Amino acid sequence: MKKLSFLLAATALASVMATTAWSKTLVYCSEASPEGFDPGLYTGGQTFDASSRTAYSRLVEFKHGSTELEPGLAESWTISPDGLEYTFKLRKGVKFQTTEYFTPTRELNADDVIFSFERQLKADNPWNKYVDGASWEYAAGMGFPELVKSVEKVDDLTVKFVLNHPEAPFLADLGMDFASIMSKEYADKLAADGKMGQLNQMPLGTGPFTFVAYQADAVIRYQANPDYYKGKEKIDDLVFAITTDAAVRAQKLKAGECHIMPYPNAADVAELKKDENLTVLEQPGLNVAYLAYNTLQAPFDKPEVRRALNMAINKQAIVDAVFQGAAAVAKNPIPPTMWSYNDKVEDDKYDPEGSKKALEAAGVKDLKMKIWAMPVSRPYMLNARRAAELMQSDLAKVGVSVEIVSYEWAEYLKLSKDKNRDGAAIMGWTGDNGDPDNFLDTLLGCEAVGGNNRAQWCNQEFDKLVKAAKKSSDQAERTKLYQEAQVVFKKEAPWVTIDHSIAFGPVSKKVSGYHMDPLGIHRFDGVDIAE
Amino acid sequence: MMRFLLGRLAILIPTFLGVSLIAFSFIRMLPGDPVMLMSGERVMSEERHSQIMHDLGLDRPMYVQYFDYLGSVLQGDLGTSIVSKRPVFDDFKALFPATLELSLCAIIVAICLGIPAGVLAAVKRGTWLDQTVMGVALVGYSMPIFWWGLLLIIFFSGYLGWTPVSGRISLMYFFKPVTGFMLIDSLLSGQAGAFKSALSYLILPTIVLATIPLAVIARQTRSAMLEVLGEDYVRTARSKGLTPLRVIGVHALRNAMIPVITTIGLQVGVMLAGAILTETIFSWPGIGKWMVDAVFKRDYAVVQGGLLMIAGVIMLVNLLVDVAYGFVNPRIRH
Repeated sequence: MKKLSFLLAATALASVMATTAWSKTLVYCSEASPEGFDPGLYTGGQTFDASSRTAYSRLVEFKHGSTELEPGLAESWTISPDGLEYTFKLRKGVKFQTTEYFTPTRELNADDVIFSFERQLKADNPWNKYVDGASWEYAAGMGFPELVKSVEKVDDLTVKFVLNHPEAPFLADLGMDFASIMSKEYADKLAADGKMGQLNQMPLGTGPFTFVAYQADAVIRYQANPDYYKGKEKIDDLVFAITTDAAVRAQKLKAGECHIMPYPNAADVAELKKDENLTVLEQPGLNVAYLAYNTLQAPFDKPEVRRALNMAINKQAIVDAVFQGAAAVAKNPIPPTMWSYNDKVEDDKYDPEGSKKALEAAGVKDLKMKIWAMPVSRPYMLNARRAAELMQSDLAKVGVSVEIVSYEWAEYLKLSKDKNRDGAAIMGWTGDNGDPDNFLDTLLGCEAVGGNNRAQWCNQEFDKLVKAAKKSSDQAERTKLYQEAQVVFKKEAPWVTIDHSIAFGPVSKKVSGYHMDPLGIHRFDGVDIAE
Repeated sequence: MMRFLLGRLAILIPTFLGVSLIAFSFIRMLPGDPVMLMSGERVMSEERHSQIMHDLGLDRPMYVQYFDYLGSVLQGDLGTSIVSKRPVFDDFKALFPATLELSLCAIIVAICLGIPAGVLAAVKRGTWLDQTVMGVALVGYSMPIFWWGLLLIIFFSGYLGWTPVSGRISLMYFFKPVTGFMLIDSLLSGQAGAFKSALSYLILPTIVLATIPLAVIARQTRSAMLEVLGEDYVRTARSKGLTPLRVIGVHALRNAMIPVITTIGLQVGVMLAGAILTETIFSWPGIGKWMVDAVFKRDYAVVQGGLLMIAGVIMLVNLLVDVAYGFVNPRIRH
């Protein structure tokens, strides 16, 4: 009898859900399952799309389709003259989502902001280890534990961040996914019920969509949040249909089983463009692929040798072969869409004869070197092996013999950062927050040697410029400093800058208001669909 | 029969221990570790790496980790996923019914088509029918699953529009899972059209997953039947004037079934391997895809737990096959 009533209840529940399930629904064929629903715990884009960009909001937000910041949960902010204190005035009347599993009794206040950060920054916070192996990787990666001295409540709607040193990109960092604002009231309830793990499975925030259900590896469902502080979304329901294979995603889009898909195969793009029911959006990626010499080892410690080798490589041929045109040759370490990009910098000309002469002039003869090729495909480098083969053939023309090596990905990540690495490594980067510091200091600063700085290149002139830019809050001054830094970079040539890829976003013509995002985020606020 | 069963069960214990050891050590033999992969291109300092490895208990000696793991398994705890931070058993429980449903449908299709095809080929030995059946079986056996799946999707879903591309049921149906088997849950939901939708989503993945087992079963049935058809007792049955249907159906087929049952049992393992690819192509939320993701991310707990559970299922199937032998051939019981 008990079983029967359970079945009846389930059936009744299902019927209610079913009636609401197919109103104005947008289906997004996502590329992978979310690792969880707490954006602070993870680094995967698919996790952010499914959690921070749907259920949560942040103090500041990136404008749709750009890296420009706009007020989010904070309606305004002030920065102290020494750049050490950021005071945010919170928006009044922001409601947390009401779900089947929690009904909030109060609106957003400073306690929620403090909770959202302290759980990531303080080892003694009860939420710091609320799931096994919680490592708050993004906050750590952006240097927050060392950067943020304290997060203080000034009053219910005012919160102050005190920093240990000035950091100009700090504001942009707060627009990132790990900085999503959680509900302390919900967390307290979970802690009291002994269900802390639920925070990572059933999200609850102030974002445009309310989480409804997740069927592992298959479907995630959301409904438009009627209490969203920017107003209810135009679509009623948002569904993520998890489809890991890119070719199958394309077939689903063509068959009308979903409306938006990310990351099509380069080979499928032409076919998708031909489909009259689809539009293929394009967005230059905020990324760069490069070949990093080990500048600590001879003869790669000499800038003239590195420049000579750079001249031997036909980058356009790599872009054509690997991306079939869906990328642009890179000349700077930051992409052209980023502010402070120095277009006046001249790229090394492809000149095998000149390269040969320059190598001779530098006293380099019969050079043997290794090129490390990544074993995985990334948006900035679809096929590193192929790129390495093309470089091998180019360098052979100037008398340099190249051996291509590769390792399993985890091993590659570990060995490629080693100061004693033998050879030049292909690597790349996708920007986190649209700030040039996230490329220039992160990948080329002296402190990153033995880490993200895979060229092991520490140049005092360059480092001084990017460190000065980090401390300044004057955008014009920062732009000038970063442009000078790019000139130094080109002169010193620690990398072969290979490409900036272009991302494609095939979308059904029924969809309006969808923009591709330079940060690689897929967000659905402001999107509508014709019925 | 009881002694036979107990004997079989006793063998399961060392097998289980062996599998647990292999599952534990196999994933650790791969280079790299989950913490390194967690951070991706963003380099993590050595100190931080060591701290997280310590927090996860991965810095302890191997044998300590193994016995700790074994102790937890014996208490029914498969551990927590390093990536999703969810209990491994919860994920297995949620995903396994999808794999089981697909595998059952595929094995039923493979048996229902494979055995008659094999019998037909044996009875009509040397004719065009025999050659066609065996030719198709050979093609089926050699078919790369990924390519085959994509081909079917492009033709039936893309070109003809007869079947859905991927998933388990149309997204317009939404109900809480009761059993985890979509065919049953769709019926229980009471929603009009849900069962039909679930069935339509099963067609292509079932065909793809059934292809290899079907080919193997057909070939095995044919050769077993040919052997049996030449036996004296079949000739005797024929000379007694029994109808061909009775001779083939009762006398020959029953005796030809023993190697066929063995083959079907072995196909369960093959099918779980095939499920990895089939599930990936058809976005089928089963354990195959879950395990592959775990291997790539070095999610030790999931790989260990998943392998152990899969091995458990295969051992159970083998036990059932052994029992089935006992019924088909009473001599085996002794």
